[in-house]
Amino acid sequence: MKQILAILWKDLQVEMRSKESLLSMLTFGLLILVLFNFALEPTPELKRQITPGLLWITFLFSGILGLNRSFSLEKENMAIHGMLLAPVDRGLIYFGKFGANLIILLIAEFFTLPFFLLFLNMPLFQHFWWIIAIIVLGTIGFVAVGTLFSAMSVNTKMREVMLPLLLFPVSTPILLAAVACLREIMAGEPFDTYQQWFTLLAAFDVIFVTIPYLIFEYVIEE
Amino acid sequence: MEKDYEQLFTSDNIATKILGYAVLFLMFVSFLLIAWYAPIERTMGLVQKIFYYHVPSAWVAFLAFGVVFVCSILYLTSKDRKWDLFAKSSVEIGVLFALIVLITGPIWARPIWGVWWTWEPRLTTTLILFLIYVAYLLLRIFSGNNERTARFAAVLGIVGFVDVPLVYLSINWWAPEAQVHPQRIGMGSHMQVAFFVSLFTFTLLYVYLLIRRIRLARVEDAVQDLRSQQM
Repeated sequence: MKQILAILWKDLQVEMRSKESLLSMLTFGLLILVLFNFALEPTPELKRQITPGLLWITFLFSGILGLNRSFSLEKENMAIHGMLLAPVDRGLIYFGKFGANLIILLIAEFFTLPFFLLFLNMPLFQHFWWIIAIIVLGTIGFVAVGTLFSAMSVNTKMREVMLPLLLFPVSTPILLAAVACLREIMAGEPFDTYQQWFTLLAAFDVIFVTIPYLIFEYVIEE
Repeated sequence: MEKDYEQLFTSDNIATKILGYAVLFLMFVSFLLIAWYAPIERTMGLVQKIFYYHVPSAWVAFLAFGVVFVCSILYLTSKDRKWDLFAKSSVEIGVLFALIVLITGPIWARPIWGVWWTWEPRLTTTLILFLIYVAYLLLRIFSGNNERTARFAAVLGIVGFVDVPLVYLSINWWAPEAQVHPQRIGMGSHMQVAFFVSLFTFTLLYVYLLIRRIRLARVEDAVQDLRSQQM
């Protein structure tokens, strides 16, 4: 646990000092929103329909930016070797990186949310805690696989391109479940109507965290 | 045993050659059966015959990706180069047959459903499966032919295959009313004969292609070894 926190804290400190990931993710999220507005010219009715999907598309795209940086920083100064030399279980390194990526992306998402309220006039605060819960659950699953794939894609020739190619098809179940939950919540439906989706999303999270944890050592061994 | 294994992938291995000709012959027989022996389906008409190619291709694609999954696990646990070559070869064949499925499907769907495509569980799952393994091939292309690539590919081979039931389950829940893909088809005995011969032929074709592709992969490896010795 101490080792996980040490890695997590190191990544957060790097981020807090440079704020590179957060700023780029935020700006990127804002840009997507603006582009979508021009591309679709949504009416209030259409806005209601597209918001859950749009929200997740924005998060996924900005998430890619953060995940791409996660291991390129380690790679740049061969910092990954230092981490590998430490007498730490490789699975713990995974959890450290995963935790840091998760927190950074969640912060970025949290700051992007008000823009949805502002531009799309969505009643996001009506069921605020439920929406937050769904966002956290969806982000966990996405970042869990993303962290694994980011450690792989950083070693390929087309780094930044490779990650979404790997991550998007594999994370479709997460996206589906998360969008389905959000759709029901925003329509003001009671918990019973999306309870199944909610459970499914949680189950996906468990699977998507466990498998990368077990397999991570094969990705970073040199 | 080891010698038999080596033998199988030489260019003039007699068993492989016989297998090749057997597949060729069976393909011909199977075509005759499909064209003349199997009756024309009453409601769907002639277009139903594409089913004899569509379903066996889907079977081969899933079989191929299953083989990739098993070989990926074996590779990560044993680090034996052999399993990586198996997985690498099997993916290419799987992607090819998944593409055949995705092409033959819409050809059938257009006259029967009136649309080329619908976001239905089976169709969507096949498409996403196809995309995952195309990404697998790209991953291999973009990271060169080395031990690390083999490890990455194996990781994706495992994660991708585990993902398939999850994708299917979630899409099934997403649009249960859209489940229009035929689940099973009532076949007369003549149809069954044509179908199972076709299924058998496609399976043999897979085995044959796999052997040939592995041989090629071994040659590629040998060339690379020679090159690195020259350096």
